[in-house]
Amino acid sequence: MSNDRPGKVRMMQGNQACAEGAIAAGCRFFAGYPITPSSEIAENLSVMLPRLGGKFIQMEDEMAAMGAIIGAALTGQKSMTATSGPGFSLKQENIGYAGMAEVPCVIVNVMRGGPSTGMPTLPAQMDVQQARWGAHGDRGVIALTAKSAQETYEQTIRAFNLAEKFMTPVILLIDEITGHTTEKVIIPDASDIEIVHRKKPDEDPENYLPYRLTDECVPILAPFGTGYRYNVTGLCHNETGFPTNDSHDIQCLIERLTRKIEMYEDDIIRNNELMLEDAEIGVFAYGSVARTAQAVVRMCREEGIKVGLLEPKVLWPFPAKAVFAMAQKVRAIVVPELNLGQMAREVSLASECRVPVHKLGRVDGRPIPPQQLVEKIREVV
Amino acid sequence: MDRYDVRLSGSGGQGLILAGKILAEAAAIYDGRNAVQTQSYGPEARGGASKAEVVIKDGEIDYPKAMDLDLLLSLTQESCTKYSGDLKEDGIMIVDSEIVKYPPEGSFKLYAAPITSIAANKIGKIVVTNIVALGILSKIAGVVTEESMRKAILARVPKGTEEINMKAFDEGWKTGEELLAE
Amino acid sequence: MFDYLQYVRQENFPHIWCSGCGDGIVLKALIRSMDKLGLSQDETVMVSGIGCSSRTPGYVDINTLHTTHGRALAFATGVKIANPDLNVIVVTGDGDATAIGGNHFIHAARRNIDLTVLLYNNYIYGMTGGQCSPTTPRGAYASTAQHGNLEPPFNISGLAIAAGASFVARGDVYNVKKLETLIGKALQKKGFSLVEVVSPCPTAFGRRNRMARPVKMMEQLRDTVVSVEKWEKMTDEERKGKFRTGILKDIEKPEFTAEYAKLIEKMRPEE
Ligand SMILES: Cc1ncc(C[n+]2csc(CCOP(=O)(O)OP(=O)(O)O)c2C)c(N)n1
Ligand code: SF4
Ligand SMILES: [Mg+2]
Repeated sequence: MSNDRPGKVRMMQGNQACAEGAIAAGCRFFAGYPITPSSEIAENLSVMLPRLGGKFIQMEDEMAAMGAIIGAALTGQKSMTATSGPGFSLKQENIGYAGMAEVPCVIVNVMRGGPSTGMPTLPAQMDVQQARWGAHGDRGVIALTAKSAQETYEQTIRAFNLAEKFMTPVILLIDEITGHTTEKVIIPDASDIEIVHRKKPDEDPENYLPYRLTDECVPILAPFGTGYRYNVTGLCHNETGFPTNDSHDIQCLIERLTRKIEMYEDDIIRNNELMLEDAEIGVFAYGSVARTAQAVVRMCREEGIKVGLLEPKVLWPFPAKAVFAMAQKVRAIVVPELNLGQMAREVSLASECRVPVHKLGRVDGRPIPPQQLVEKIREVV
Repeated sequence: MDRYDVRLSGSGGQGLILAGKILAEAAAIYDGRNAVQTQSYGPEARGGASKAEVVIKDGEIDYPKAMDLDLLLSLTQESCTKYSGDLKEDGIMIVDSEIVKYPPEGSFKLYAAPITSIAANKIGKIVVTNIVALGILSKIAGVVTEESMRKAILARVPKGTEEINMKAFDEGWKTGEELLAE
Repeated sequence: MFDYLQYVRQENFPHIWCSGCGDGIVLKALIRSMDKLGLSQDETVMVSGIGCSSRTPGYVDINTLHTTHGRALAFATGVKIANPDLNVIVVTGDGDATAIGGNHFIHAARRNIDLTVLLYNNYIYGMTGGQCSPTTPRGAYASTAQHGNLEPPFNISGLAIAAGASFVARGDVYNVKKLETLIGKALQKKGFSLVEVVSPCPTAFGRRNRMARPVKMMEQLRDTVVSVEKWEKMTDEERKGKFRTGILKDIEKPEFTAEYAKLIEKMRPEE
């Protein structure tokens, strides 16, 4: 974050930045259930939303919160929920529903340590695979990440934009460190923020098909109450939105749910690269750990070890092309993360055995300090 | 400037989190640099030793937690013992002289003043201990400008308490000058 | 004769319900009540969970949302809060609303949010083949209670009353005229309103409980239903084996979306 960017400078926690980003993106409905370390997102929005005519509701549990945002999204509202590990598990069934019924919404997971109740107040990155495969069934998934309050602000906005554009639930994964760290956020002028709204049907209600097959692969769902009467279901359905058992219709639907993300991968995926051009050791790091990695790249270079960083801003779809490109340049890849190798596994797959992939997994609820990563790199060298 | 790592430690309820926020805002908003503030949450933050950390830097701050401390403030013996291990050899330790009776040995510079008593007796309100401490700290460390500290304090403290907080800051600043002169 | 065609999605017929199932009777009563009240098809949303009962929305030409098992009330809460101008009707079953969705049920009632809930109580999990539900009577048989059910059942209307609903009624598919009236009242009520509809399931419940013939189930309904008025005058001995239908609760209390609208008004910055 540079100091000379235009905008209003404020100090805030990552969680507050998330709430501010949601508002800037046009979110006017939030349903949640309190859980550390995400609760500040709900608390901030409970203050902000009614002032803007928006709606906030604390539901009876996470399944209810997830259901409520889907219901609200179908009336045309931009809707969001926020949670952490245990709550993320409970939301999965209805996240799958939103994927199947193609309802845009945003789910924020401020990751804490698990399994189970685990470490409520301590950071982890243990839900990155759950974000991809947590709900049953097959479909494409978009999951973003952020490493600072500034990025959390920006990625929350992007999550809404991608949800609206691709008619899909979008997950934002930050961790306790990012959620609870207070730092500078530059809030741009509203006119400088790109905002995407879902498409509206251009045919009249008589000819409208909610899940019409098009080359874009993305349906156009009219908000409830606007004269387009259709059915939404989690059952396999055809273009009309009604359940079907037709084998062709079902094959088409499930393939499209994956293809509609895959075919836009290049649009969706974003990476940050630091000194990768001449690197001999590549580091793959995301979320708060990417900050450690940035420090380490500089520290190692001072020692004469040529280290570079590939930092994905989007975890799913996975940036396989960028990893493969890195694997062709470096001698080894190191993947530091706050789990025991969930993303290292993807990195290994994507690097197609070109180079060894070394894991550095920390799961004691403590961040990976630069020194620990430097030592790992020295060992690899 | 390279990164400057500060840890404010004591026990819950001494207003150290607020002090951390004020210090970070003084640096980031009013001095126009970058600052990151973190704190301990949950069981760790209930009772016992608590801490708030601030990292100040001109450029981008990568690792957000305090690492090698340039400055440690300790208002209790327990927090001083628990959190002083990361202090740099040439770092600064500021302690409450009446409470921290056994500061650790080391080559760092030690400044001791009866911070809590100053708040209680000279200002007449123990709740401003954190602001007295900020006065001492900012005079001794010299990483944030005096003017920015004052602005940041005024922006954060409850309405109607501005005057007493400024008095607390002045008293701390004065104490800092005396400690430096010793 | 009443013309249903304006309200149904003809292309989705024949419906999935077994012959003798009570669910179609509720559907027709609901449509007639909607028509009587002149509810706009464009501004009415029907939300359901999973089960035979929850298939009702597929046949009604309005905005319909068929959700996950037990969660209909949660989705409906989102719809209603996000757009309070919509009439929101929830269709659910005894299992959907009081087993897996029990928590949402009591909390929607407590919140007193303006939803009209039609809960088809057939004392069984119909869709999945007759497992016992929270309303299966003690001693009745189900595919997962083949030695007789050991558990006592929920009194659903009683549960809703205790949880804070502002309108609670019980009806049945034998006394259809009365059912229609109760649904109409529930639709008009501003607040959480429940109509528990006793609707027989000959396939999954009747067959196991010596009532395989649908007519038998209807006769049993006829013989066990008592109006609330009559119930008051009966002795405990006379009440045995019977249940009452009619309005069980009807009170005025603050409704959630109306209260929220007031909050927004209060927050509005002064010009
Ligand atoms: C999470 C989940 N668990 C279980 C099921 C299987 N299931 C579908 S319908 C049903 C019971 C429905 O019973 P009820 O609500 O009484 O409806 P009815 O079919 O009797 O009308 C069950 C258990 C499911 N679809 N989802
Ligand atoms: S199984 Fe029972 S509830 Fe389901 S359609 Fe058949 S009769 Fe009706
Ligand atoms: Mg049932």
